[in-house]
Amino acid sequence: MIRFPRLPLFPLLTVLFLLGPLVAGLWGTLLPAFGHFPAGGHTGPSLDPFRALWEWPGLSDASRLSLVTGIVSALLSLAITALILAGWTGTRGFRVLERLLSPFLSVPHAAAAFGLAFLIAPSGWIARLFSPWLTGWERPPDLLILNDPWGLSLIAGMVVKEVPFLLLMSIAALGQIDGRRRMALSQSMGYGRIKAWMVAIFPALYAHIRLPVLVVLTWAMSVVDVAVILGPSTPPTLSVQIVRWMSDPDIGFRLLAAAAALWQLVLVVAGVGLWFLGEHLIARLACRLIQTGRRGRSDTPLRVAGFALGTTVSLSLLLGFLGLIIWSFAGFWSFPDLLPDQFTFRSWMRHRTGSLDALGETALIAGVSVVIGMILTIGCLETEERYGLRLTQRGMWLIYLPLILPQTAFLPGLQTLLLNLGLGMGRLPVILAHLVFVLPYLRLSLEGPWSAWDRRQATVAKALGATPNQILWRVRLPMLLAPLLTATAVGVAVSVGQYLPTLLAGGGRVETLTTEAVALASGGDRRAIGVFGLMQTAAAMLPFALALALPALVWRNRKGLLNG
Amino acid sequence: MANGLHLDHVCILKDGAKLIEIDTHVAPGSVLTIMGPSGVGKSTLLSAIIGTLPPAFALHGHVRLKGRDLLPLPPEDRCVGILFQDALLFPHLSVGANLAFGLAQGGTRAERRTQIDTALAEVGLEGFADRDPETLSGGQRARVALMRMLLSEPKALLLDEPFSGLDAALREQVRALVFDHANARALPVLMVTHDQEDADAAGGEVVRLG
Repeated sequence: MIRFPRLPLFPLLTVLFLLGPLVAGLWGTLLPAFGHFPAGGHTGPSLDPFRALWEWPGLSDASRLSLVTGIVSALLSLAITALILAGWTGTRGFRVLERLLSPFLSVPHAAAAFGLAFLIAPSGWIARLFSPWLTGWERPPDLLILNDPWGLSLIAGMVVKEVPFLLLMSIAALGQIDGRRRMALSQSMGYGRIKAWMVAIFPALYAHIRLPVLVVLTWAMSVVDVAVILGPSTPPTLSVQIVRWMSDPDIGFRLLAAAAALWQLVLVVAGVGLWFLGEHLIARLACRLIQTGRRGRSDTPLRVAGFALGTTVSLSLLLGFLGLIIWSFAGFWSFPDLLPDQFTFRSWMRHRTGSLDALGETALIAGVSVVIGMILTIGCLETEERYGLRLTQRGMWLIYLPLILPQTAFLPGLQTLLLNLGLGMGRLPVILAHLVFVLPYLRLSLEGPWSAWDRRQATVAKALGATPNQILWRVRLPMLLAPLLTATAVGVAVSVGQYLPTLLAGGGRVETLTTEAVALASGGDRRAIGVFGLMQTAAAMLPFALALALPALVWRNRKGLLNG
Repeated sequence: MANGLHLDHVCILKDGAKLIEIDTHVAPGSVLTIMGPSGVGKSTLLSAIIGTLPPAFALHGHVRLKGRDLLPLPPEDRCVGILFQDALLFPHLSVGANLAFGLAQGGTRAERRTQIDTALAEVGLEGFADRDPETLSGGQRARVALMRMLLSEPKALLLDEPFSGLDAALREQVRALVFDHANARALPVLMVTHDQEDADAAGGEVVRLG
């Protein structure tokens, strides 16, 4: 029998795996940003990289783009989520929306962005639908819709991906708020549905989802893959420019990239500061408005708008997904036909070797990082159980830290640090980098089910003479099979979707479905994008199907475990 | 008799199965008590009257308040107030702002402030307007919740186990306060409880379900 270690080994290891790459990456960014980069023949300290950054003519545009697209898309996502919840929670329409949106949560960002691009591009489905009978277009119009200089498509792409995330986070949080009675009370005082919800429920809900909202905000200000696909290119957002400099054959550009990465961190901190200020102002303003006693009863237009927005989001995701499928099988397809002339397997055959290799690499990286992540997470949960510890608010921030810190701020540093130490980049660093993002999601998805487990089962087992390890392996883990599998699927989906960690920690040599798909963005080969986007989506979604099917199969004769 | 609250042949079904059946009338200023074990659907009946019945339930019959048919109306147009066991004061608003939320629209800021101060004084809470609801005792919270509801000028009042969270001494006091205020405004009151003492204190008709 293995005795559980007396030392809190698992929490220590978890913190190490979570914070190690973060600290190393920030350190690795700091040194070259101040001119210290021995691997490139530079020894500092100097301010030259920052001077070069200030002299880059695109700096103000790129910074503004990052800040504005980030804040606007986070604000829009939150507003749409709130409007859907305010107007429709508890209704049948809401359940329809929830069912439509939840499967898309696991779709990788890149695939969702490509899907949207296929929809809104000048030669996309929307243009085809209205051509030529309404628009008169016989050829795709010369409009700059994708990669528009204001970043509007970029904002749309981020909103479409973040609304499902915030909505499902909110639904989980609403279970902890006594929403029904609060609503009933406000409505019985004569308040319209939306106003009643905004006053009675939103403040409590927001307190619960504040961290996920911050994740959305900082992610949107620093995202790379979606911005490569949908964002402007001259100049691009700051994060995209950082990655361009990082992949420049001239290794000297790493210094500029590091300086820009620190600048990106400053921008994100400023963005978060602005957000906090906004929270404060809106709260004060809302308190004023509440006290006027205005009832807001004619809110039907707003409710309809909320439903329309929710439907638009889910339709964009659904049709985008369909677009990927059709393009991957498309033969000749001329504008403005709604469907290709014929369907073929040609694209699939052409990219068979490439996509299968990438799938293998993706599966290996996801598999290893999720297995390590699961061992650490279960180890932590069990240690906390045995030592009677509970996750504090500070612990929660620690878990969220890798998700809130902009990836472009510390991942470039991870690469330069590896270079400086003379260590190679490749699969192992990629796995460690993925673990930084897999761990938080594993913990977040297991937290609820783990603590909801009926502890009297452990008491019964103990009374029957079971050791703590036997209780863990023979009672608790089997009973929690379904949530454990769901968490595994979440972890795999997170790993599959990672673009920047794979690119930077892999030194461009580790080719997963995501890096391959994003690399296709500039080429415009839609059939290839369809193939890789679809494979990527399948790699992220299939584990969820398994997570649903397996417990039903394993516990087919155990009714008590099937409805958990 | 058009006054008061009428429940005409009301029958609530859950997934097609009959849950509650009731046919009664509450006169203005009087209290009707509905008693029964938990799970019998007492709170569901109240949801039906205020208009927040979940989609799984169906309602037959008529609910009329002062002759007006309530069922076609959305909750906010029904003018039926409700009080729960917990005061459910909004924690992000001061006591005064909670009352301002209830107070019917209209009036200048100064006028509204005066009305709120008067309401607080009426229940012995002078000068509490700027207090954080969290710092109030259970009895004080119950009184604020009552005034918040009354300031919204309901035409009927529903009570969902309103006194079960309070200890015995306080209970009697708050109960008397609620009934007095409802009576002074000639509101028909429908109370759901499992406590015989509540029913006795109400002094009105008692209907037993389940």
